[in-house]
Amino acid sequence: MREITLSKAVNEAIAEEMRRDDTVFLMGEDVAEAGTPFKVLSGLVEEFGTERVIDTPISEPGFVGMAVGAAMTGSRPIVDLMFGDFLFLVMDQLCNQAAKTSYMSGGKLNVPMVLRTNLGATRRSAAQHSQSLHALVAHIPGLKVALPSSAFEAKGLMKTAIRDENPVVIFEDKLMYNDKAPVPEEEFLLPFGQANIVRQGRDVTLVATSSMVQVCQKAAELLEKDGISAEIVDPRTIVPLDEDTILDSVRKTSRAVVVDEGHQSFGVTAEIASRIGEKAFYHLDAPVQRMGAMDVPVPFSPALEDLTVPTPEAVAERAGMICRGELVHAA
Amino acid sequence: MAARNATRNASRNTSKRATRNNSDAYVRMYRQMVRIRAFEDNANQLYLSAKMPGLTHMYSGQEAVAVGICEALEDSDNITSTHRGHGHCVAKGAEFKQMFCELLGKEEGYCRGKGGSMHIADQSHGNLGANAIVGGSMGIATGAALTAKRLNTGNVAVCFFGDGATAQGLWYEVMNMAALWKLPVIYACENNGYSEYTKTEEIAAGSITARAEAFGIEAFEVDGQDVLAVNDLTTKLVARARKGEGPFFMNLSTYRYHGHHVGDINRDYYRSKDEEAEWKDKRDPITNFGKWLEDEKIMTAEELVALNDEVRADAEAAVQYALEAKYPDGSEVTMHVFHEPA
Repeated sequence: MREITLSKAVNEAIAEEMRRDDTVFLMGEDVAEAGTPFKVLSGLVEEFGTERVIDTPISEPGFVGMAVGAAMTGSRPIVDLMFGDFLFLVMDQLCNQAAKTSYMSGGKLNVPMVLRTNLGATRRSAAQHSQSLHALVAHIPGLKVALPSSAFEAKGLMKTAIRDENPVVIFEDKLMYNDKAPVPEEEFLLPFGQANIVRQGRDVTLVATSSMVQVCQKAAELLEKDGISAEIVDPRTIVPLDEDTILDSVRKTSRAVVVDEGHQSFGVTAEIASRIGEKAFYHLDAPVQRMGAMDVPVPFSPALEDLTVPTPEAVAERAGMICRGELVHAA
Repeated sequence: MAARNATRNASRNTSKRATRNNSDAYVRMYRQMVRIRAFEDNANQLYLSAKMPGLTHMYSGQEAVAVGICEALEDSDNITSTHRGHGHCVAKGAEFKQMFCELLGKEEGYCRGKGGSMHIADQSHGNLGANAIVGGSMGIATGAALTAKRLNTGNVAVCFFGDGATAQGLWYEVMNMAALWKLPVIYACENNGYSEYTKTEEIAAGSITARAEAFGIEAFEVDGQDVLAVNDLTTKLVARARKGEGPFFMNLSTYRYHGHHVGDINRDYYRSKDEEAEWKDKRDPITNFGKWLEDEKIMTAEELVALNDEVRADAEAAVQYALEAKYPDGSEVTMHVFHEPA
């Protein structure tokens, strides 16, 4: 199968959907000729013109609000939010307006829009361009949240997001844009709420999202050397969440480490770990472990920044400890 | 560019002898204003008698704004509304029964009881919904206009908001884009002089119309108590917006008869009873338009009374219907979080 970059996969998904459906359009800062700072959208304006690939002023609440209104009236906007950190600017329009419209109107109105943005630290961009804020959005009923972990997921989930009747926030890992993965040439969509078992294993389940899937793949290789067989489950979407696949895996391995790049407290790791604790407790041989980003603003200095996110070595160490029973007896 | 004062022109029009052709429209506008007043009087009673959950924001006094504007629109044109939204909803074509059911949280309400007073939406008449965030719908209205332009539907969007909402930054962002892209949207500022419990002159610097004009948007001042002036101006602006000459801004001076909400009863600390009496006695949009209809011999005094009685009876019957209507089943609590395609 051919291999393409995550960036190219997103571009293809959007182009295919724009060709298929005239109501789909793109808007955001520097999406047209510039193709975004990450060049993900390069070439789209040449094919679809400035009527459908719309450069906006630097007015995030304004253009997200407009996307909500456009979506309520028969358009399918894809809004480009240049950095995930800018979500804080658009909270009212996303969480009070887009997320609640279907419910508040008793299902009479709906908002089929996609907000594509990114997450991920270690790009030396400091505290306001490095956050992973997907848990914040996932907390709000009415928003779907997709976290592609490779070019394959990026394409399949984006196409599904564009066809969804609800607001979908899709977070791409900005460090992964140039990473290649096998992506079929023929059309495909990936369903929401269906986790992927990235790697089969017997001894421990690593539940990993987005950027942390690669980290856990490397961790699994390290664990293999110690004779520990790790299974990796990638939920692909956290809203809806495929709880069954996660629980089935944990019931099989009897141990779990949940790894996610959002801040550890009150986030995705907490949610998934608590569900495992509630629903698979009697299958567990060790306390469920959580590994998120440290609860600090992302520091600039590489010497500090690299300490804040889970690494393959750290994941392997933690998983090894619960497999050896060290943490069970530690308390 | 000075804001155009539309009132003078429109007053000239209203002093013109009414022709048979537009008599129907005049009577309809009068009826719609009476319907709004009757709706609000009943909603207020529901609150005072503790029959309504929560509270609500009365539109009474501002009827000429909603009616004058909505009378110039088609069903397919969109409006976005505010927390003080019952008037817009009635004026855009909504029915009493479904509205009262919504206010009381009943299954037959426009939103199956999930929205309540501050979120009534009536998609069948293009009403994209009331909004409980001040200024929260400015992006939505502008986005509806973007759809209209992109998909060439010929629709116009009207964004209703109050003077308090002019303090929200969102307005300036979306006006900028609406002006850049010549979107068919009309920003209608219902300037009732008060931002909740504070005089707007205490929180608004400079001129509100100048703010729109700074983006190259044509701005108009109009007497929001004169339904014909409002309708005349809106009709012209809607026609121009459909031709791609938008966006536009209207500053409509009007008055809120009640407090910020139904529970805001002792309000001497921010406005005087004399001021309230002055507006109610001399500038009431319904009384004054009724007199005009009589003077122009479009309706007799008896016909006006009969119309009022009929509307009041309708409203009371709808209230009774809503009081007896059933609540949604508990199973509905998890429905509509996500839209399920039919």
